[in-house]
Amino acid sequence: MSDIFDGLAAAFWLLVTLEPNLVEISLRSLQVSLTALAVACAIALPLGTWLAVQRFRYRRVTIATLNALMGLPPVVVGLIVYILFSRSGPFGVLGLLFTPTAMIIAQVVIITPLIASITHQAMRDLWAEYHDLLISLKTTKVQRVRTLIWDGRRTLLTAALAGFGRAIGEVGAIMIVGGNIDHATRVLTTAIALETGKGDFALALGLGFVLIALALMVSLITHWLSQTEREGRW
Amino acid sequence: MSFTSLVRAIARYVFVTFILATGVFAPLSASAETLKLAVTTSFNNSGLSDILLPQIKKDLDLDVQLLIVGTGQALRLGQAGDVDAVLVHSRAAEEAFLAAGYGTHRREIMYNDFVLIGPSGDPAGIAGSGSAVEALKKIAAAKVPFVSRGDDSGTNKKELSLWKKADMDSAAFGPWYRAVGAGMGASLNTASGMNAYIMSDRASWLKFGNKGDLKLLYSGDPILFNQYAFIPVNPKLHPQVKTADVARLEDWLTSPKAEKLINDYEINGEKLFVFNAKR
Repeated sequence: MSDIFDGLAAAFWLLVTLEPNLVEISLRSLQVSLTALAVACAIALPLGTWLAVQRFRYRRVTIATLNALMGLPPVVVGLIVYILFSRSGPFGVLGLLFTPTAMIIAQVVIITPLIASITHQAMRDLWAEYHDLLISLKTTKVQRVRTLIWDGRRTLLTAALAGFGRAIGEVGAIMIVGGNIDHATRVLTTAIALETGKGDFALALGLGFVLIALALMVSLITHWLSQTEREGRW
Repeated sequence: MSFTSLVRAIARYVFVTFILATGVFAPLSASAETLKLAVTTSFNNSGLSDILLPQIKKDLDLDVQLLIVGTGQALRLGQAGDVDAVLVHSRAAEEAFLAAGYGTHRREIMYNDFVLIGPSGDPAGIAGSGSAVEALKKIAAAKVPFVSRGDDSGTNKKELSLWKKADMDSAAFGPWYRAVGAGMGASLNTASGMNAYIMSDRASWLKFGNKGDLKLLYSGDPILFNQYAFIPVNPKLHPQVKTADVARLEDWLTSPKAEKLINDYEINGEKLFVFNAKR
């Protein structure tokens, strides 16, 4: 039990003194995961919606595959991205391995199926509701997708936050492709793994509490900015 | 426009700008001269890197980025050209690496030693053994829990070579022999949790923060000598390797200044590394 209190105390001091290293790795955690989230949303939201609207031959297989990919093991994604971007791999010339960019790429791969799947679920119900209206208005496919995304934006927020949660808490993939380099690719989760390795549980736990607080803050800010849960509109 | 919606609009703008700014500009702010060095976990866990790196940055204006992995993985990174040089401790593996042409040369930098750690009660009675091999034989005979790194690191290779010297096959051991496949620190955590025996380098052990009931039980056999060597990655195979910077780093690591820093590094009054580079 005392370890937990030591952890809380460590988290408190880290935050009160705004330890420069802590600020640096927290900002990098946010930078990597938010960028990955932005890229993943740009792919997954239209894709998920399009899957709800469009009928085609292998639709069921595609959706089933997408759902299965939600459980993609991060460590395998990390390994594949590592092999692709290693100097002796096909994209080695880009020199991206052990940079934040490689970490973002790995996280995009991990969270895109998750966001796309949740989007598809939500949009399927919405499409059932909008189907007759949008068809009778003779809208194009692009217009339908756009309308659905806009009117379903609150559910999509949940999809995006789920993706963000998976990204910011992820350690397996970014440890492999980022390398946990101090002042370059170290983020909160890899720092926690490192401090645990040193047997410094208090600091590791302190960083863990900071990570949880960060995820909570992003969620609260997002909800506040998009004005959900207010009287008369949710 | 009401006051709250104005505040909200501004906040939204700041938020979006922040995301874009962190995403787009932060990667560019990394400093110019960087070099990637794969090192073993013991070099970092001992805390020596925290002493040397800031001084290197000051003297050479060189940002040495450490990839902290086991010796096996460090050599793989060098072979693939993903790092510029490696600092490892497993002679046989290093020589195989050089023979295959992946590195240019091997420069010895410093040494420390391996120690045997175990529960303070010492159920296998290894304290006061005549040799490291004898101590391991006692552990095997008592079948008390023993944690092995099992990750192809320098420490792991050394441990396996000792079992071999004792004429025992570690693959055939019973459940008391636990290969955890993790770094030095994580393995020490496991040993601490199970109150098991483990072989560690002295530096990692001294710096380790979760000792629990564990104690240093045996050390001093010359066979436990642990040499660290620096190997630049071959630029003929990987033209992107920063050969000039690697040479500058090697010169610094073998300089009188590094000698003093390495020899003076102590934890709890105990000296950890001995500089032995030839100039």
